[in-house]
Amino acid sequence: MKHLLEVVNLQTAFQSEKSEIIAVDEISFTLNAGETLGIVGESGCGKSITSLSIIGLLGKKGRVKKGNIYFDNEDLAQTSESDFRKIRGNQISMIFQEPMTSLNPVFTIGNQMIEGIKLHMKLSTKEARSYAIEMLEKVRIPRAEEVMKEYPHVLSGGMRQRVVIAMALACKPKLLIADEPTTALDVTIQAQILELMRNLKEESETAIMFITHDLGVIAEMADKVIVMYAGQIVEEADVFTLFKNPKHPYTQGLMASIPHIEYEEEERLSSIPGTVPTPQNMPKGCRFHTRCPYVTEQCKQERPDLFQINDTHKSRCWLVKTEKHNKE
Amino acid sequence: MPVVETKKRKELNPNQHQHDKQEILHNLEKEESYFRIIAKRFLNHKLAVIGLIVLFLIMLVAIFAPFIATKDPYQINAAFGAPPSAEYWLGTDLVGRDVFSRILYASRVSLMVGFGSVLIYTVIGTIIGAVSGYFGGRVDMIFMRITDVFMSFPQLMVILVVVSIFGPSLLNIIVILGVLGWPSVARLVRGSVLSLKEVDFVKSAVVLGISTPRILFSHILPNVMAPLLVHATFGIAAAIIIEASLSYLGMGVQPPISSWGNMLTDAQSITVISSQPWLWIPPGIMIVITVLAINFVGDGLRDALDPKMTN
Repeated sequence: MKHLLEVVNLQTAFQSEKSEIIAVDEISFTLNAGETLGIVGESGCGKSITSLSIIGLLGKKGRVKKGNIYFDNEDLAQTSESDFRKIRGNQISMIFQEPMTSLNPVFTIGNQMIEGIKLHMKLSTKEARSYAIEMLEKVRIPRAEEVMKEYPHVLSGGMRQRVVIAMALACKPKLLIADEPTTALDVTIQAQILELMRNLKEESETAIMFITHDLGVIAEMADKVIVMYAGQIVEEADVFTLFKNPKHPYTQGLMASIPHIEYEEEERLSSIPGTVPTPQNMPKGCRFHTRCPYVTEQCKQERPDLFQINDTHKSRCWLVKTEKHNKE
Repeated sequence: MPVVETKKRKELNPNQHQHDKQEILHNLEKEESYFRIIAKRFLNHKLAVIGLIVLFLIMLVAIFAPFIATKDPYQINAAFGAPPSAEYWLGTDLVGRDVFSRILYASRVSLMVGFGSVLIYTVIGTIIGAVSGYFGGRVDMIFMRITDVFMSFPQLMVILVVVSIFGPSLLNIIVILGVLGWPSVARLVRGSVLSLKEVDFVKSAVVLGISTPRILFSHILPNVMAPLLVHATFGIAAAIIIEASLSYLGMGVQPPISSWGNMLTDAQSITVISSQPWLWIPPGIMIVITVLAINFVGDGLRDALDPKMTN
């Protein structure tokens, strides 16, 4: 089967005053219908830039410099703005992190929902209205009909995020990009929203790209996972392999820094020393070598590729290569 | 904008939804509640309410001037410079026209200049500011440099020069003030649009595939309305003052049409100032009252629409 989304060697650059900054580099992955892809990494590693590149929201200064983004056999990196507008909202939609600001405060929920529905589904206002109510009920908003007439500020964060999800899924998109959709919500609401997204996905066969820095959420939601570091994919695996057998030292570090309740009182939570290098002064060789506990001379000099460990598991680390080599 | 948020939450009563009969009423109530909160806050501002009443009265006077005026404002009467009397309530001017009637008619001029020019420049400024803020880059650069140039001239001087080129008349003054006044509005709108376009709901609208003009004019601009309204209110007061200044200098509304400013022209002579106060005190007072009233309304509006003010 052809992949729904296939990103090949994506490189996104931002123009700054003096020079061009490469924000993400050598990003390749595929996503099939009905699958959920989790993208993890710490702040500034390029998770959001990757998703914004796909949906074409890089703004004036950013552009896809190299690579292709095939969505339904169409290369989004080459699509004109006007064609893109037909795809956005209709075939690809996106949920943002902050439900407090992702609805326009001067319009009622109904107005905002109906606008998108009318635009893409060519329904009359009346039909769009009843469809919007149906969508709100689907995301389990009580008193959907009344909520249609309300302004966003009277709703709680969880309710708003439900509305946002309802809007995003209204036109039955093939791909939904969720950029930290639950980060701003408290934990119980978070669980409800995740549950809701999972159910809706099963119903509609929508593929989801789930961006988060929360490994717990990834474990809950994703089928396969991409770990990003400093603008690159450092490890790619299905969710079980990744949690059981993380290969890249960065992934291992991330796993180790999840707090557990059964920790000894005295024991300190482990963390990865240092900070993410800025795009302006990327270290030579492996980008992680300055913080890596297993660093070798080779890491400091040569850039590792994304080595294939098995069919579904890849890691950008010299150790993996050596290990594999030794086995053979 | 969070404006709405802090205010309206208080209004929400979670128990109101229970009875079906109340629901319709309740919904009606809710639709208006944003405006109700604003209105409530505005009404708490005593001076603003007084200002609004005074402004309203002046508007009524302007509209119904022909019915209220005791005399024809252009009619030259026998008594020149006569003091107030039962026949001429505020006396007559140096050519024998009834001062009271002229003041009533002059209010039309002031309000027309105030509202007309502000309407023109708010529309121009909003469009320029919105486009320049949203698209940024070169467009923004060009518009903002033009704005800088406009703002670096002493306004009254420019207006005087332009009026002397096109000739003084009521319509010319409205148009000139309108065409020259937009830079500050453009700045204001640009600033708001710059910050609003980064907000998630704008990105969501883009993601939903909504067209750019529609995002700009129907998603972003309504959020700029509050500061714009306040700015426009103060602009009206300023325009009235400028019209009065121009008319006082003889470059504004031309006699026989009366304007508060050109009525003050008579006060250029020392004898009038010292011995015929009815010629200049009433129009002077009218200018002060009108401008003050409008400024109070503006103050009240600003406070009512300001999200940081809690009560």
